Amino acid sequence: MSGPTPDSLGIVTHGLRKTFGAMVAVEGLDLEVARGEIFGLLGPNGSGKTTTIRMLTGLLEPTAGSALVVGVDVVKTPELVRRRIGYMSQRYGLYDDLTVQENLEFYAGMYGLVGDERRRRVATQFAEYGLGSRAGQLAGTLSGGWKQRLALASATTHAPELVFLDEPTAGVDPAARRHFWTMIHRRAKAGMTVLVTTHYMDEAEQCDRLAFLSRGHLIGVGTPKEITARFGLPTVEDVFIELQRRDEGEAA
Amino acid sequence: MTARDRIARWSFWAMLRKEFIQMRRDRLTLALLIGVPTIQLILFGYAIQTEVRHLPTVVLDESRSPESRRLVQAMLNTGNFDLSRMVRDREEMASVIARGQARAGIVIPPDFERDLKRGRPATAQIVVDAADPLAASSAISGAGLAGAVRSQELAAARGVAAAINVRVRPWYNPAMRSAVYIVPGIIGVLLSMTMIIIASIAIVRERERGTLEQLIVTPIGKTSLMLGKIIPFMLVGYVQVTVILLLGRLLFDVPVTGNLSTLYLAAFPFIVASLAIGLFVSTLVTTQAQAMQLGFLFMLPNILLSGFMFPREAMPALAQWIGAALPLTYFLRVLRGILLRGTGLADLWPEMAVLAGFSILLIGLSVRRFHKTVE
Repeated sequence: MSGPTPDSLGIVTHGLRKTFGAMVAVEGLDLEVARGEIFGLLGPNGSGKTTTIRMLTGLLEPTAGSALVVGVDVVKTPELVRRRIGYMSQRYGLYDDLTVQENLEFYAGMYGLVGDERRRRVATQFAEYGLGSRAGQLAGTLSGGWKQRLALASATTHAPELVFLDEPTAGVDPAARRHFWTMIHRRAKAGMTVLVTTHYMDEAEQCDRLAFLSRGHLIGVGTPKEITARFGLPTVEDVFIELQRRDEGEAA
Repeated sequence: MTARDRIARWSFWAMLRKEFIQMRRDRLTLALLIGVPTIQLILFGYAIQTEVRHLPTVVLDESRSPESRRLVQAMLNTGNFDLSRMVRDREEMASVIARGQARAGIVIPPDFERDLKRGRPATAQIVVDAADPLAASSAISGAGLAGAVRSQELAAARGVAAAINVRVRPWYNPAMRSAVYIVPGIIGVLLSMTMIIIASIAIVRERERGTLEQLIVTPIGKTSLMLGKIIPFMLVGYVQVTVILLLGRLLFDVPVTGNLSTLYLAAFPFIVASLAIGLFVSTLVTTQAQAMQLGFLFMLPNILLSGFMFPREAMPALAQWIGAALPLTYFLRVLRGILLRGTGLADLWPEMAVLAGFSILLIGLSVRRFHKTVE
């Protein structure tokens, strides 16, 4: 057998499945994400993106199937995975009543960073994310763009090998989104694997590879070019709209 | 040190630090935690005082003389008795008290004035429904006071000593308990209520704000997470104990017979046990509103069955069993022991051991029930 070994991959899933009662959220998902790759997970609301991320972070136990994240079985040993990954949930996960600095230090501490090392890493994050001027500001008083910036910084202070970003730029203005993606590219270049979900097609075009989910099924994986070529459509957005149309046609 | 050890050690401190910062910044919560018990203590305390005054009272005046009327008036003047009506005989008095229409009866025997005039000690009798020990002790003190006042007046006027004896007959509960009995209990009731409520909403609040999901994808252990959340509240508990003790002393003259440091030490397992109940509640609910409701569910048995208001010995077996499952029951013994009787730790360790047992059991159960998932 040729091909990449599990350890050289950021994520490998086989037949990953999740049902909530009679509702099938994710069905037989086979996914491979290479290390250092920016991998976009696309699909309409309710297509299973968040459920997939939650299974890959150990927040949900799969009904069936297996998943290796950074080479570790996340179903059997979620804690071993957790210390090596970062996660930005769809629901803004920062503490409004803590300052920017306190939020960063708190999450650094949760990953066992302490003393000089923590100070050094937090200082690096301040510099890299341009948060220095906001250090003493309560997170709750930040604007949307700054909140997302802080959330990404908090999720990566411990230098994770892989980071899950669940609609990280929802409701953020274009300038802030562009800055956000600059940071993601910089991190990816440094070797961090990124799995991101988004509804913005300009962001999707920036991913190395994309996967389309529709009602829990994986219906297409490839680079943005491959995807558009396969569907014979000019842009990823057209593909997305076409898929959503088919989805609704099936549902009707 | 491996990554696992480092995380296990330091994530707990990070959690603790965050909770302290949040608690310090949350002025409203702090004000509520200290302000609410203060208000409740004052209301509770005065309610208890007004309740035991103005006992509805029937009078059986068999003497029908100026002296008997003066004594009855002196008793009513203490404010502890309110005249419901006069009764004709002892049977009527007994039935009125039995039906709860009056809680005390003043009996002046026929030869009351004659005895006084002959220079012999005259005797009046107070019958009191002692099922409520507070009412009973109020009646005793009121009657004793009135008797003493009239005796002194008579003594001054006629030069005879100890003219009037007032005899008290407590009915229904001959082994009476004193009034101060209830006030130390307020410390326990309020402390347990606030500890249970704040601990029960602590984790649920993170769930509602959306930060719990972010928190549980970090590698912090379940035990560290839960302990880090509740330990800061111990400080709140001790602030509360102090506030209630000070107010109890200032407003209600609650005695502190025993050692204060003993009291603070003995409060520790109770504070932890109450927080542990709250923690357990938080594993059963998904919203703060549910947590509050379930927390309040503990209030009623705490007040009724712990021995706070009613003696446990007089309860049916089932009520006693439920009472035995409440940490407050044990802490009340500790509190009353230390505050009223000056008991030391040497005699209180069984209660403290039970409280420690409660704490370990409930924290263990909570950690077992808590899952680092979003299902």
